[in-house]
Amino acid sequence: MSKDKTQKSVQTTGHSWDGDLQEYNNPLPRWWLWAFYATIVFAVVYWFLYPTLPIGRDYTKGIGNEITYTTADGKTVTTHWNTRALFLKEQEEARKRQAVYLEKLAKASYEDIAKDPELSAFVFSRAKVLFADNCAACHQRGGNGVLGEYPNLLDDSWLWGGTFADIQQTITNGRHGNMPAWKGQLSDQQIGDVVEYVLSLSGEPVDADRAARGKTVFMNNCAVCHGQDARGQKFLGSANLTDKIWTIAKVPQANSLDGKRNAVRQVVENGKRRTMPAWKGRLSDTEIKILTYYVHELGGGQ
Amino acid sequence: MKHETIETNAGWLIVLVMIVISIGGLVEIIPLYFINNTVETVKVDGKDTIRPYTPLELRGRDIYMREGCYLCHSQMIRPFRDEDMRYGHYSLAAESQYDHPFQWGSKRTGPDLARVGGKYSNAWHFQHLMNPRSVVPESIMPNFPWLKEPLAYADIKERMRALKAVGVPYSETQAEYDANVKRFGKDVADKLNILKADDNLIAQATQGNYDGKPDDVSEADALIAYLQVLGTMVDFSKFEEGYFAEFR
Repeated sequence: MSKDKTQKSVQTTGHSWDGDLQEYNNPLPRWWLWAFYATIVFAVVYWFLYPTLPIGRDYTKGIGNEITYTTADGKTVTTHWNTRALFLKEQEEARKRQAVYLEKLAKASYEDIAKDPELSAFVFSRAKVLFADNCAACHQRGGNGVLGEYPNLLDDSWLWGGTFADIQQTITNGRHGNMPAWKGQLSDQQIGDVVEYVLSLSGEPVDADRAARGKTVFMNNCAVCHGQDARGQKFLGSANLTDKIWTIAKVPQANSLDGKRNAVRQVVENGKRRTMPAWKGRLSDTEIKILTYYVHELGGGQ
Repeated sequence: MKHETIETNAGWLIVLVMIVISIGGLVEIIPLYFINNTVETVKVDGKDTIRPYTPLELRGRDIYMREGCYLCHSQMIRPFRDEDMRYGHYSLAAESQYDHPFQWGSKRTGPDLARVGGKYSNAWHFQHLMNPRSVVPESIMPNFPWLKEPLAYADIKERMRALKAVGVPYSETQAEYDANVKRFGKDVADKLNILKADDNLIAQATQGNYDGKPDDVSEADALIAYLQVLGTMVDFSKFEEGYFAEFR
């Protein structure tokens, strides 16, 4: 600033600090001043166009700046400008862009989707996002689940049924699985016997006598849910105990026969309650349809 | 007062600068207290469906704040398409009306939780709180193993009275209770009764069985009860799609 040509002509503010420190009173730069006036004009125009000024218990809604949108059920609404109406307008435009697929999808049966490569490609790309946002927290991103807690969706073993209708029902309304705890209900001896029987169903080299006794215990107590043939019943979500696929007992993680016995005993003694949340309301019918198709395709559905 | 007096006196400068700056905020905030539409009307069959938290949920909210959950999780779904697709319907002002302080947050290191209620099972929440990576391998959320500890709720009545003092409609007198019955229905009004807070808290924790152990009342019971109610008080299928846009 020392070579500033205004040095001679411009006045100082008149303040003086430490005896010799002074401050120039330069005029504001023109461009800055005009930009400042422009923001004031902008603000005034804005007051009229957008909801701004409070008046009593209401506020100005903006003039000549209305939004017209159509809701999902086909009602056309015109309202003053606001971010929520703007959002509904964007939803409408997105629906229009996807309509070519979504309308087709709403009408299509699951078999139709499988036959139409373009539609099934759309379903898969939507499903991956939906699955990651909603399902992966329990069933894991790949659908492999967590042994003992959340079912594996990749295998072809289904607790609640693996048809399209069953899977859709499961996602829509959720499921409550309840294996009761048998500790105290059955003696330690009886539990040991039934464990032998259950393992024998999977071809494990168990004690044949105990397994035979265990069969009686099974028929009297377990068969009500798991069925006489121990193949499970899908309306109860009871597991098939004959297919060597374990959904709760951590048998696959056990290295020895005793380890396997322990794993099954854990479940018999303590039981297991599991909940699949209901997604109705949170996901649309079409989204549930997309996920049903995806899950069915993941696990070799029935 | 002369300009020079202000400029050469740090105390005056601070006070007056604060007053000038606060005007900008106050003219935006104060009118909202008087405008009818600020908090949306959310009534189904003549009853408010958004209610204050039950005693157990309230303690859960306290734990949510104690653990600093709001530092990584927001509770505010904005009216944007991407947020709607991931989290659900945008948040309403009415949904935070009994929150003191609100838990909107400003940072999403983890996902938004405004509509997490009902999304996962209680068992999932418990496992996830104990060890998030056992269910979400890529999670960076810390473990909270101490939430297994028993819940302290001896002061639950005082906590509710404190909120009542700032306008949350918990009831103590018969008249207040009757007003709640009229406003929320009997079932909800019973849960907002300060005099029965302890019984209500224990009943909800044992019946809800949030942590997988029915007999005890743990901090996890409270926190999961709170998480499971987030964003579930408004049934949006009961309202026209454009209804809430009319309040802005």
